[in-house]
Amino acid sequence: MIQVEGLSKKFGDFTAVDNISFRVDSGEIVGFLGPNGAGKTTTMRILSSYIAPTSGKASVGGFDVVRNSLEVRKRIGYMPESIPFYTEMRVKEYLSFRAKLKGVARKERRNRIAFVSERCRIKEFENKIIGHLSKGQRQRVGLADAIIHNPPILILDEPTIGLDPHQIKQTRELIKELGKDHTVILSTHILPEVGMLCNRVIIIHQGRIAAMDTLSNLVKEQRIKVEIQGPISDIENTLKQIENVKSVSYTTDNLWNIITIELSEVRDIREQVYQKIMENRWIIREFKTERTTLEDIFIKITAREEGTSSAGA
Amino acid sequence: MSNIITLARRELAAYFLSPLAYVILTAFIFFCGYFFRLYLLGTADANSLRYVLELIGFTSLIISPMITMRLLAEEKKSGTLETLMTAPVTEVQVVIAKYISALIFFIALIIPTVAYVILLLKWGNPDMGAVISGYTGLLCLTGVFLSIGIFVSSLTTNQIVAVVLTFLLLLIGWVIGYAGDFLQEGVWKEFFKYIGFFDHYDAFRKGLIDSRDVVYCLSLIVFFLFLTVRAMEARRWR
Repeated sequence: MIQVEGLSKKFGDFTAVDNISFRVDSGEIVGFLGPNGAGKTTTMRILSSYIAPTSGKASVGGFDVVRNSLEVRKRIGYMPESIPFYTEMRVKEYLSFRAKLKGVARKERRNRIAFVSERCRIKEFENKIIGHLSKGQRQRVGLADAIIHNPPILILDEPTIGLDPHQIKQTRELIKELGKDHTVILSTHILPEVGMLCNRVIIIHQGRIAAMDTLSNLVKEQRIKVEIQGPISDIENTLKQIENVKSVSYTTDNLWNIITIELSEVRDIREQVYQKIMENRWIIREFKTERTTLEDIFIKITAREEGTSSAGA
Repeated sequence: MSNIITLARRELAAYFLSPLAYVILTAFIFFCGYFFRLYLLGTADANSLRYVLELIGFTSLIISPMITMRLLAEEKKSGTLETLMTAPVTEVQVVIAKYISALIFFIALIIPTVAYVILLLKWGNPDMGAVISGYTGLLCLTGVFLSIGIFVSSLTTNQIVAVVLTFLLLLIGWVIGYAGDFLQEGVWKEFFKYIGFFDHYDAFRKGLIDSRDVVYCLSLIVFFLFLTVRAMEARRWR
């Protein structure tokens, strides 16, 4: 559905996207994950043929984004990050305008507008002026606009940014639904979101693809954090003996040892840890499994990259 | 074609939904009425509207930048250009649609001045040929103004910059013809008189629709619209 080869985009001296290649198959939901300024928006703008790449090739639905940009644009529904609107228009007017522009046949137009209004839950404010809508409502109109011509491919730039938790949940559910009959590329910098929505993650860092895999493969490693009182050397040695423990590190805070246990594989060792603590009659005040954050993945990935490059040199 | 109509309709709706449109409309009608009254009472030559239209033309020079300033600058600033240009429309369609809607807006502005012609018909003895060619000239001239305005609007995201820069360019185009008046007969005099707006417009107002003047206006319009399309396309390669 989407094929990208050696894509680069430079703005003056600044390289926003640096030689990336990937493909997205029909029916997939793929997440672009990366911190702000990683090159997500630039990549999406190239895919939606808003800007042209400096070098490399990208095709969407079998059409080149530069040479066949009109064909590409007929097949995508793109929602930019800031979701800009003509604020003086009414929601329904706007959708009708966009439907016409995107070539929805006159006969189907009314049906399509009714359909997307239903699906994106904009029925109750369809006669409001867009300038008066809340952020969450604008978001829904943006999504409705993206799917109004029933495109096979959806490109959504940060679809949940700036929403409250309730709206985020609703938007995610909607995207998940849309993913059933659309190929979706979305960008985000929220790690759990990718886990909830996407089959596959592409992690972008400084314009390059740092990793591309399923999320469960990427977030393999886990951590357990415990705070216990006791002789630290004993604690360290005992905990290290547990199977699958990769490393044990600690800091001390008065009498308390704050211990981080890193695992080499996803395996539940909480019981073993607890038993060891009980056997030794250490005092415990906190015990938790730590979520891997985006930062952790990045640190790991960049560390790995540096490792391989120094090994190669 | 249907895209151009869709886009132009939205653009026109945007004009009439903004308060600025009514400010322009009111000011324009006020000044036109003032000029008409001035010449009606002050000269014997009100029948061709030649001098009234000269002042209306100059008023058009002042308001044209205000008509065109938002056309592309606003889309760029608010980011709507991104949603617009990721829909299956071409730059040419967008530019033509915006240009046409600006022209239609201007025609809406001058429609009330037809009342002057009706007044003249009832109580005077107007030279209808000169009146029609004068209005044709006003339309051609403003067509040029608007094409320059839309081009400047495509270069900036700031509407104030767009309006000031357009006004300066138009003013230069208007007064550069005057330079010819101070020169001796010769190539340079002809040159300055030719490139300025004034002499071409005056020919129309005298009742003369000369193909040279029409070609002058049309070629300027096409040239600036072409530059506008190019300026928009440049976005993709920057």
